[in-house]
Amino acid sequence: MQHIIVGAGPAGVIAAETLRKADPDADIAIIGDEPEPPYSRMAIPYYLINDIDESGTYLRDPKRHFAELNIELLQQRVETIDPSGKSVTLADGASRSYDKLLLATGSHPISPPIPGLELPQVHSCWTLEDARNIIERAQSGSNVVLIGAGFIGCIILEALVKRGVNLAVVETGNRMVPRMLDDKAGGLLETWCKNKGIDVHTSCSVDAISDSGSGVEVALSDGGKLSAALVITATGVKANTDLVAGSDIKIDQGVLVNRRMQTSDPDVYAAGDVAQGVDFSTGNFEVQAIQPTATDHGRIAALNMAGQGDEHHGTLNMNVLDTVGLISCSFGLWMGVDGGDSAELYNPDEFQYINLQFDGDHLVGASSVGKTQHVGVMRGLIESKIHLGDWKDRLLQDPTAIMEAYLACTQELSYQ
Amino acid sequence: MQKSLNIDPGKCTGCLQCEMACSYEHTGTFNPSRSYIKVFTFHHEGRFAPYTCTQCDEAWCMRACPVDAISVDITTGAKVVSDDKCVGCKVCTIACPFGTINYSQATGKVVKCDLCGGDPQCAAACPTDAITYVDADWTGYDRMQASAAKSLPSAEATA
Repeated sequence: MQHIIVGAGPAGVIAAETLRKADPDADIAIIGDEPEPPYSRMAIPYYLINDIDESGTYLRDPKRHFAELNIELLQQRVETIDPSGKSVTLADGASRSYDKLLLATGSHPISPPIPGLELPQVHSCWTLEDARNIIERAQSGSNVVLIGAGFIGCIILEALVKRGVNLAVVETGNRMVPRMLDDKAGGLLETWCKNKGIDVHTSCSVDAISDSGSGVEVALSDGGKLSAALVITATGVKANTDLVAGSDIKIDQGVLVNRRMQTSDPDVYAAGDVAQGVDFSTGNFEVQAIQPTATDHGRIAALNMAGQGDEHHGTLNMNVLDTVGLISCSFGLWMGVDGGDSAELYNPDEFQYINLQFDGDHLVGASSVGKTQHVGVMRGLIESKIHLGDWKDRLLQDPTAIMEAYLACTQELSYQ
Repeated sequence: MQKSLNIDPGKCTGCLQCEMACSYEHTGTFNPSRSYIKVFTFHHEGRFAPYTCTQCDEAWCMRACPVDAISVDITTGAKVVSDDKCVGCKVCTIACPFGTINYSQATGKVVKCDLCGGDPQCAAACPTDAITYVDADWTGYDRMQASAAKSLPSAEATA
């Protein structure tokens, strides 16, 4: 069997490792076009603050790991794929044939339609190369404007503050991380950031960026103006679907895949940010550009490519964020469902919040701020669809008792 | 044969010696809030339930880690966090459906049960044998692990 994986991020690497386990004799190649060993974008914020060097972002030890597993690692750009001839063409003109192909091409940052975005002071923060540029330009004491306070914006926000820049953040939504947290939780993040000296502008957008001689001037929709040495855009990402654009493989927001991560071509699979797979909570097909989904997708796709897979029940949308020391997370249908009950504990003075959303006596969504212990059990409760029974009432009284609820519902408290 | 922690909540008196021993072993302080094993209290039932990582085969934490910071100790089977490699991104803390790998603000890393390298101090400290370290056959702990795994559909999908 010839397996070709396009993309060397977490989905591609996990897929290759899973394939190797499932099919010891297969030929496996990962083809990635970035001029680095396979690395993790999740680690970039820690590289920005010098907690780790570049090698600390690597997904695996590049010198040994792939050779030991007999996985071929090719630094090349795949230019075209030919699903009918079952081959891919590389930038150097070579062509490679496959039995099964995995598209793990990831996503790219969206460029917002703002005049002046092409100025040299404006960068996105997505690749290791972007991070090197930002390190060079985001010097302590310099003014930096961050456009977008979504998940990625907030992750680099922390790193920028630690680099000692004077930071302003501009977010079009009415709160920070609007697609991850509700009004109360997003409000806590905003107050927290303002207390830390960050200039936060919500319900505000950037009209234009212009050269001011020494740097740039950022014109805001509320009439305000910010001067900056560096502007970083973090306004969301979009699936890298270019490779299949000319083929019959079906695309919507991403490459559409079934519960086996198979595209409309049965020998082509997709995983990670590029794939539009089934969402656990809604049963809808959605792009979830998050690390846990990338690794789950990679594993499920690989098992199915090796003929050992199963239909997947769907990936749960979830995020965890550290915003200058304030930790927040959300899972599943954190905004709730029609007719469902909810439980909430809101303590703004202590920056603490927990919100649980139920459908009948199942937990279907949850979010929290200021909580670091046992947060994963929110996933466990949601994904196992546990009937909470009496424990639902207890959680309505005390939503912090999630671990107790999980233990009481899954385990005998006594083994006599 | 590998050993595993066997927890019998029926024998737990809630004395918290396990939390003291765990925090001392891992942080050098007697500070239950930094223990990797946690005793949960059920007031209504008058019960206690010590709970920590089951070193599950799925290893959700290990799979989710973006920087290869979690590995299997081949002698004990424990999933162990490398402080040198962990960047503190916390993805594992939401990926683990049992809530047993947690972020420590004190260290900026995640922490979890490592079976103390094969000599778990919680079991050594437990005065009532509610926590024992036994051959990994069909222990109550295995039942715990099995029932937890069974409750998760994605665990089956990978079989």
